[in-house]
Amino acid sequence: MKLDTSGLESAEPVWATFNELADGFSAAPSFELPNTTDFDGFQKEAIQMVKPAKGTTTLAFIFKEGVMVAADSRASMGGYISSQSVKKIIEINPYMLGTMAGGAADCQFWHRNLGIKCRLHELANKRRISVTGASKLLANILYSYRGMGLSVGTMIAGWDETGPGLYYVDSEGGRLKGMRFSVGSGSPYAYGVLDSGYRYDMSVEEAAELARRAIYHATFRDGASGGVASVYHVGPNGWKKLSGDDVGELHYKYYPVMPSTVEQEMVEVAGA
Amino acid sequence: MARYDRAITVFSPDGHLFQVEYALEAVRKGNAAVGVRGADIVVLGVEKKSTAKLQDSRTVRKIVSLDDHIALACAGLKADARVLINRARIECQSHRLTVEDPVTVEYITRYIAGLQQKYTQSGGVRPFGLSTLIVGFDPYTGVPSLYQTDPSGTFSAWKANATGRNSNSMREFLEKNYKETSGQETVKLAIRALLEVVESGGKNIEVAMMTKEHGLRQLEEAEIDAIVAEIEAEKAAAEAAKKAPPKEP
Repeated sequence: MKLDTSGLESAEPVWATFNELADGFSAAPSFELPNTTDFDGFQKEAIQMVKPAKGTTTLAFIFKEGVMVAADSRASMGGYISSQSVKKIIEINPYMLGTMAGGAADCQFWHRNLGIKCRLHELANKRRISVTGASKLLANILYSYRGMGLSVGTMIAGWDETGPGLYYVDSEGGRLKGMRFSVGSGSPYAYGVLDSGYRYDMSVEEAAELARRAIYHATFRDGASGGVASVYHVGPNGWKKLSGDDVGELHYKYYPVMPSTVEQEMVEVAGA
Repeated sequence: MARYDRAITVFSPDGHLFQVEYALEAVRKGNAAVGVRGADIVVLGVEKKSTAKLQDSRTVRKIVSLDDHIALACAGLKADARVLINRARIECQSHRLTVEDPVTVEYITRYIAGLQQKYTQSGGVRPFGLSTLIVGFDPYTGVPSLYQTDPSGTFSAWKANATGRNSNSMREFLEKNYKETSGQETVKLAIRALLEVVESGGKNIEVAMMTKEHGLRQLEEAEIDAIVAEIEAEKAAAEAAKKAPPKEP
């Protein structure tokens, strides 16, 4: 499939006309194969080397009042925590959000590129792009780079004419429509809390609390997640950041410290 | 003036692109075509030059569909039309694939007009010799639209328009007689405009109507004849009323 480099090109070359005069389709690019005995094995190794583990927890779900999006803020390089304050929820435009999991640079660049494409669509067609369309644009781009080492596990959440929309898109080229998703190394823990507490008829506050708790529990058990639990809500008028709580402080909010009885006994014994 | 024909990428000193203007001439020699937009319906009508006896008239369809909700009629070089229509149909499906939504009428019109313009700004090619009338319904809002493109690549939306042979007379008629109509009234208006320049009769015109619910439907010859008969009757009645003023005491 032809690589979609439309995000990187500035102007269409004039010579492209001659291609289109033929029949509108262009031939796929071809690559030289490296000299190895086991090409498939070599490919697998190469991909494993480039593919960083998606150390993060992000989640999003659709409910009665719109879409709730939440994420942690830790970036790790192996066992080293490189940052506790990464913005993993990317604001594509005032009514669409993207989450970051995988390679930070890949996510940031392609989300910004998606924002450009969405804006161009708006200008050309005098109407906002749908969440379906935006997620499909991103999925097509990622698919054309399949096997080249991009690492993106993102959710596109937004509100369009058809109501709230949520799609999961990844660098393997997959694209799924759904009501609840969690992406990243902490996602199993987040799913546990999210799935057991989810109801479609929640208020915005209840949904925000569920999202916050799910992220907290994931950061508690997963070493690659931590920092600040950010929660965003996407409603008919666009997205709004609801909260950003440090998960350390959240821990003591959920599990406040009780004075233990052992100390009191020891005081009594000393007195006697 | 002859010197500026050859390569169309060249402007003449007084700012003309002669190849484009010659293409418009080709359109003016093509069959008459009319399009009318109603409140809930869009109608396309095309003049059918008499079919040869041995020709299978079903294979000569002048009003074609680009997608479930978009149809096109054109005036000019039919071979150019075939190429343009194929490219437009591919673009309709390509749009459905990339954004999971059908095209809007404006989008596909912009695409066709863009294609026509490209061929006015390249070396070694000539412009498409046709003007198109594109009708359809917006897939989201259900609003009907009628657009026209021409060989220069310009396009605009219309309430009613005509192109091809004697298009000026048809347009004058439409300007005088246009009013907001719906359903059968719109079909009648389109046929009345065509009858201004075409010999009357179901076998000389091809009419198609499109509604949001039922999509594109070509009218049968018998149906067209019936409507033509209605129109003639109305005309006769109007003439009679004019000739005999009501006698009031």
